[in-house]
Amino acid sequence: MAILVNKDTKVIVQGITGGQGTFHSAAMLDYGTKIVAGVTPGKSGEEVNGVSVFDSVIEAKEATGANASIIFVPAPFAGDAALEAIAEDLNPVVVVTEHVPVKDEIRLIHAAKAKGITVIGPNTPGIIIPGAKQKVGIMPGHVFSDGDVGLMSRSGTLTYEIAAGMTNAGIGISAALGLGGDPCVGLTTIEAVKLFKKDTDTKALVLVGEIGGDAEERAAAYIKKNYDLPVVGFIAGRTAPPGKRMGHAGAIISGSSGTAAAKIKALNDAGVAVADKPSDVARLLKEAL
Amino acid sequence: MKLFEHEAKDIFRAFKMPTPPGGLAKTPKEAKERAEDVGKPVVVKAMVLAGKRGKAGGVKFADTPVEAEKFAEEILKMRINDLPVEAVLIEEKLDIEQEIYAGITIDRNERKYVVIGSAAGGMSIEELAEESPEKIIKMHVDPSLGFQPFEARQMAISMGFKGKQINKLGSFFVKLWKIVEAYDVELTEINPLILTKDGRFFAADARLNIDDNSLYRHKDIIEKLKREPAKQNERERLATENNMAYVELDGNIACICNGAGLTMATLDTVSLFGGDASTFLDLGGGADAERVEKGIEIALMYPKVKAILVNIMAGITRCDDVARGILAARNDGDITAPMVIRMVGTNEEEGQEILEKAGIPFLQTMEEAASKVVELVKEVA
Repeated sequence: MAILVNKDTKVIVQGITGGQGTFHSAAMLDYGTKIVAGVTPGKSGEEVNGVSVFDSVIEAKEATGANASIIFVPAPFAGDAALEAIAEDLNPVVVVTEHVPVKDEIRLIHAAKAKGITVIGPNTPGIIIPGAKQKVGIMPGHVFSDGDVGLMSRSGTLTYEIAAGMTNAGIGISAALGLGGDPCVGLTTIEAVKLFKKDTDTKALVLVGEIGGDAEERAAAYIKKNYDLPVVGFIAGRTAPPGKRMGHAGAIISGSSGTAAAKIKALNDAGVAVADKPSDVARLLKEAL
Repeated sequence: MKLFEHEAKDIFRAFKMPTPPGGLAKTPKEAKERAEDVGKPVVVKAMVLAGKRGKAGGVKFADTPVEAEKFAEEILKMRINDLPVEAVLIEEKLDIEQEIYAGITIDRNERKYVVIGSAAGGMSIEELAEESPEKIIKMHVDPSLGFQPFEARQMAISMGFKGKQINKLGSFFVKLWKIVEAYDVELTEINPLILTKDGRFFAADARLNIDDNSLYRHKDIIEKLKREPAKQNERERLATENNMAYVELDGNIACICNGAGLTMATLDTVSLFGGDASTFLDLGGGADAERVEKGIEIALMYPKVKAILVNIMAGITRCDDVARGILAARNDGDITAPMVIRMVGTNEEEGQEILEKAGIPFLQTMEEAASKVVELVKEVA
């Protein structure tokens, strides 16, 4: 059953006529995702990768019965696109777009919260369920194999690196979830742990964090009290200098808070083994399982 | 984008938030004139985008215009946190009854703006949080309603203010919130906000950071300020222009990767093997050959670089594109330092074939590559 997405998920691609939207809708279709419609205002009647394009989410939903959305709309318009998906009760809403202004993020996250809708991202690679052959995201499907380990991460390629390492070691994944690299994201680390806890297909977790904020510390406190299955962690940015944004808007050590050392300590205190390098994740998982 | 104190105060005044009388000076002579205009003892402050400027000697009190001129001359010659001081702000020295802290920032966990106030201003909020956390009052802002005047008054009451001061200080917080909303501010602080002996409030300091992702809708301010969004060196400017994330460090190994998390993890792995990174360079998603070549070129412009580590985990990026970029850089004679390549993922075989034909070696894992580049640097040194 995994989390958030399954075989019955029917996806709208908002911004499907753009370069990213076109490329990734083809890749998702290839993988097996049910993309039922695209939305680009003013371009109804067109087709992209054999998918019909509509002017609005409401029209796309009425015509196709879609129940989820992935957004590739440029940053200045991404907040509005997400609010449109939320207004039509699509769930989850995956916001791939990077550089969305934080004011827009706060607004869309709370609009979704008020309706019980899950927003993944912004600035996320999305979600993949290898067992159901479904991905609502931009990750390369072939590095993820089916299994019973839940993977959550604040980054993209680092997730692929770790997933590929797991696949090579014969460890499969129930669901891999990109939480997003921005300071404010819809689905937080702790909420992701709670989702995986409810999922009977998930028998262990990998938590990939990075410097900035204290989402990992909070998740560690929750794991210590409430999560009994094995958890392996990795934290990127051990050598990052304070005060510099390391690529992601959220990856910044402010004063003495948000350091890798503090996150690793919190995870260790919660009984989570933390890998020194990405390739150690698979080894630690094998030891734990 | 961080605003200078005087720039932030221009915005404060536009929102009718009182600041001490005074003005900006770029020369000692101008500083003397500003002090004459004020006609009272003044404070001379270095305009520099760095914290702790007071401790660095960048804030001085002058009793006379001549003294202000002398201090301005000293301060204008200073570098604080390695940044030159290009101007000083001359302002009336206030008759202080109380120093207050007022600020608004973003709470990442709640995903809300949070308004912060304390009757014990003057020291940094971090120091205050250590010493007397009970003196810090915080209120989260409702994402749909914004910060309301009744909440601002409650803030003042909780901070211990009474009578007329409740409305006056409350109004300061309301205005600060309006600025945050209007300009996509991600962090603002007034520390100290001063209550004078005659019962008036002034923003004596001003910190205002605008969300970089929102700058496209604030072109008016950027134009008005007549400066670049950030002070950058040539390499940083080129990286920004090419949409690459680029951070310079003190080591000698340039790490060129795709994706922020992977780049950070590569730096960390280099350090595990005893090396030190000079460069965090994230090419971003879907880098083509030209972009890879440009990345190598930018990385090599930094004099500290003794070796390069290219680490690519290709998802949307394609290894054959990366290989073509590396090849182009080599054929143009751009590669002036030893380079280690690790490249896997989409179109891996095509990419590796290109490198093999060109006689360029590559490795399969991040560990091998990190340990190899550290070895190479030791040989060079």
